[in-house]
Amino acid sequence: MSTATMTLKLKIWRQADNTSKGSMKEYDLPGVSPDMSFLEMLDLLNENLVNSGNDPVAFDHDCREGICGMCSLMINGEAHGPQKLTTTCQLHMRSFKDGDTVVIEPFRAKAFPVHKDLMVDRSAFDEIIAAGGFISMNAGNAPDGNAIPIGKETADLAMDAAACIGCGACVASCENASAMLFTSAKLSQLALLPQGKAEAAERAQKMVKKMDELGFGNCTNAAECEASCPKGIELSNIARMNREFFKSSLSK
Amino acid sequence: MASNTCSTGICGYLCSSIGKKQLMGVTAFLLIGFLKTHLLGNLLILGGRDLFNDYAHKLISLGNILIVAEVILLAIFLIHLFLAIALVWQNKKARPVKYHSKKRTGRGATFASDTMPYTGVVILVFIVLHLLNFKYGTYYEYELNGVIVRDLYQTVIEYFSNPLYTAWYVIAMIVMGIHLSHGVQSAFQSVGFRHARYTPIIKKIGCALSAGLTIGFSALSIYGYYISTIN
Repeated sequence: MSTATMTLKLKIWRQADNTSKGSMKEYDLPGVSPDMSFLEMLDLLNENLVNSGNDPVAFDHDCREGICGMCSLMINGEAHGPQKLTTTCQLHMRSFKDGDTVVIEPFRAKAFPVHKDLMVDRSAFDEIIAAGGFISMNAGNAPDGNAIPIGKETADLAMDAAACIGCGACVASCENASAMLFTSAKLSQLALLPQGKAEAAERAQKMVKKMDELGFGNCTNAAECEASCPKGIELSNIARMNREFFKSSLSK
Repeated sequence: MASNTCSTGICGYLCSSIGKKQLMGVTAFLLIGFLKTHLLGNLLILGGRDLFNDYAHKLISLGNILIVAEVILLAIFLIHLFLAIALVWQNKKARPVKYHSKKRTGRGATFASDTMPYTGVVILVFIVLHLLNFKYGTYYEYELNGVIVRDLYQTVIEYFSNPLYTAWYVIAMIVMGIHLSHGVQSAFQSVGFRHARYTPIIKKIGCALSAGLTIGFSALSIYGYYISTIN
């Protein structure tokens, strides 16, 4: 680790709790190494804040390996920052230059209330899953691996949909705070496979209804979600959900 | 939330986000179908006063059939309009606190997709004025093949003799083109059609169709202005 450190000007959303009114606060942060991850940079800021007797900035994080979906943040107006197919925890400070101003805000949606600072309650996603994002089966011995043959292409599509980590970048980047990319990925990973087909119609109805109820917006097919998704979930999942929902509306 | 009031069947479908979007898409397809027919009819202006007025007279002579068609067209348009209002209203409510800074990724949203409600309003204003200026515009009569018919050709040429009106017409058609350039591919996605191979082609056809309609209608308005200057 040899490179020189940078000094950044940070503009961060500070909000004491979910009922109080927040505002953007500015911080100068020297000593940022380009090898730090974005969250390590925030750790450094928080160390300074704690040492000077101030309240540290609250932000969501967990695995810091880009697979848990816990980290969030709108960085300079983009969900998970400027790098494609990258979560905030995997974004490194080498993406920024000395003297840069970095604006950091929480993911914004009516269905994603801010807990504190940059921490956002995304349990609305859990509610969508609980509404139908599962299969009902009797537990027991694992079935034989090749008992249900599934084509390679179908398996790949289901796997691609299953790559969704539920971080909420799709909602955050959507002009309408729509949760259709998330919901469609969770619906597709099951609807594509024989194990999920049995409950496909009921699932589509329940998940879409729950999504609407929670106050997410509608899709305008602008594809900002697809562009911001750290896992590359594709818009074709939303098209599949549109078909599944229409079919299920005819049968239900 | 709309979905609380009705949950099953056709009502549940129409109250849902996806149901509304799909109906938006279907009405969009029908309206585009009308636009294409309208442009083909307008092209008869190039054939001169008699040919165009003969076409207009044949349409008017349909009587009740024409009225039924007009009511259906109006219904399609109003469904598209009111669904748009409902969807935009819900979308605004879905993010009550705005971002301090928000950037387009450049890989998704376009100027056209961001401005759909605004271009839609311009088209609405245009349609109202359009009906007032032409369908309910100045009524001229003349004799064609021994029958007294409406001289719609005269109304059209008179309107476009004002260069400001022609300019407004062209601008409105460009706005319509922008609306359709996102609308066509969006409608396909809403009804659930997306395909790795065909979607890029649909996007190109959508843009070509938008450009074709814009250029077609605009060219005819400029032709109308030209005819008025040589008469």
